[in-house]
Amino acid sequence: MAQTTTSPTVGSQHIPRARTNLETAWRPKRFGTIRAVFNDRSAVLGLAILLLVTIAALGAGLIAPYDPTELDPTANLAPPTSDHWLGTDNLGRDLFSRLVHGARWTLGAAGLAATGIVVLGVTIGILAGYFGGLVDDLLMRLVDVLLAFPSIILALAIVGMLGPSLTNVLIGMVAVWWVDYARVVRGLTLKVVQNDYVLSAHCCGCGHRRMILRHILPNVIPSVIVLATLELGALMLAISGLSFLGLGAQPPTPEWGTMLSDGRLFFLNAPQLMMYPGIAITLVVLGCNLLGDGLRDALDPRQQMR
Amino acid sequence: MLRFILHRLVYLIPVWIGISLVAFTLANLTPGDPARLALQRSLGRQPTAEETAAAREQMGLNDPAPIRYFNWLADAITGDLGTSYRTGQPVLDSLIERFPNTLQIAGAGLLLAIAIAIPLGVLAAVYRRSAIDHVSRVVALLGASMPSYWVAYLLILLFSVRLGMLPVAGSSTWQHAVMPAVTLGIGGSASLMRLTRSEMLETLNQDYIRTARAKGLHSRTLLVRHALRNTMIPISTVLGMRFAGMLGGAVIVETIFSWPGIGKLVVDAIFDRDYPMIQGFVIFMGTAFLLINLIVDLGYGLIDPRIRLANR
Repeated sequence: MAQTTTSPTVGSQHIPRARTNLETAWRPKRFGTIRAVFNDRSAVLGLAILLLVTIAALGAGLIAPYDPTELDPTANLAPPTSDHWLGTDNLGRDLFSRLVHGARWTLGAAGLAATGIVVLGVTIGILAGYFGGLVDDLLMRLVDVLLAFPSIILALAIVGMLGPSLTNVLIGMVAVWWVDYARVVRGLTLKVVQNDYVLSAHCCGCGHRRMILRHILPNVIPSVIVLATLELGALMLAISGLSFLGLGAQPPTPEWGTMLSDGRLFFLNAPQLMMYPGIAITLVVLGCNLLGDGLRDALDPRQQMR
Repeated sequence: MLRFILHRLVYLIPVWIGISLVAFTLANLTPGDPARLALQRSLGRQPTAEETAAAREQMGLNDPAPIRYFNWLADAITGDLGTSYRTGQPVLDSLIERFPNTLQIAGAGLLLAIAIAIPLGVLAAVYRRSAIDHVSRVVALLGASMPSYWVAYLLILLFSVRLGMLPVAGSSTWQHAVMPAVTLGIGGSASLMRLTRSEMLETLNQDYIRTARAKGLHSRTLLVRHALRNTMIPISTVLGMRFAGMLGGAVIVETIFSWPGIGKLVVDAIFDRDYPMIQGFVIFMGTAFLLINLIVDLGYGLIDPRIRLANR
């Protein structure tokens, strides 16, 4: 949290609200922010964890010594050896290989869901903020309704109605999680459209599409990136939680939540089956939280005083 | 105050109608014909085409969607949320029967989170950049990053398997509630601790605190009466959200500990494809969250007169 960097542009701006201040910190100096993040040791640690896991996910085929679903009946629940670095599970599958391939599933699912959420949330937020009027009213009432639920409850119900599968979990997540983004982006858009350059662009005959893509979207993106990083961890926890309940990725998929769930039956004799995936999820979520905190601090001048 | 309450209540109506629309729409996501599914359950065999058609007519499924919605809404308002495919019991009765169990562990979890988070958050703010601040930051980060279902099994390993102190699953004694509540409390305390810290720092920077200190006020009086009290206002709104989050998190925790709450009920219903139960769960929980938020708002208005006067 300790930061001693040159403050981004919003330093003198009065900030009335208490929490994340994403709405007010909408215009960072690009390189100032990046430098601030790199000066924050915990943010760098978070970034390093995420990079490492991303490399593992991308190179899973090269890094993992075994196929993640390959059975070896002669080596059930084997302890760690030079052949099997972390030992094997109840069906003799190599735990290390499953973990490495699991990074692909867990990270991939969260990344896919986050992309869907950001696209939907940003689109709706900009439409509501830019056009205002009836569009805004209708969309914001929908936001109010969705905010009345904790997102996991509604996502659970959607998966329940569609039937358990990873695809349906992702649909459920996107359907409920865009709300936060829409709200933040709408607020930012309302601020951006008050700028003189928007007015002058309008006078020059700039159309709606160009206005949104050229003038509004670039101003909204930095805050969205911070929000997405901050929420990626929570999203990952939610998706793997649903997989743990048996509603998401199905066995033998080496998704970490599913692996934890598979390990439940053996956890008295072989607690490592639950230990490793648990540590893996915690580490990655920790990485997201550290990086997210660092990004937020870099964009939020109030935090730098602390 | 009465005016404030009425104002909040009127605001709730459109949101509740929205929730009912969401619940109604959800039921239309189900693959397959609901009449056919219901018949399959009640007859225990594949229904004939005539039987299905008759059931569709009887269940009102041939009506246009708005009419179906209003019929369903009228039933829902009078407390009829349909009957469970699995048990044949009215959905609302099952939900009401299970809900207090969920409230118990979520309530205990919230109290635990408060007991951990607020003292630690205050200490971290007062002794900023000391060892306790750093330790509390690490604890909060870990608490926010560990999946609740993993924490639950770590607790089982420690307290049930190693120490033999607590029962693993079930609900017959109060000891059964300990681990579910602790699991929820750990997750909830993390963000609460950080929030307490930052709000407390904010308050400690205020002019009136400096004045109080200049007057020579004892530092404990200053912290408790002047700083903490003002810090509690923003925290109390977040407490409502935390509680709602715990009711959501209870779904996983109850399943692990076989705690007979509403979360376990809905997970079982999902695996049984008990659609009326899932739909009932959505509208029931939506209503419950609205009421919780209402209570928090009213409490907020009670603590801080500025809020209720702003609505005049």
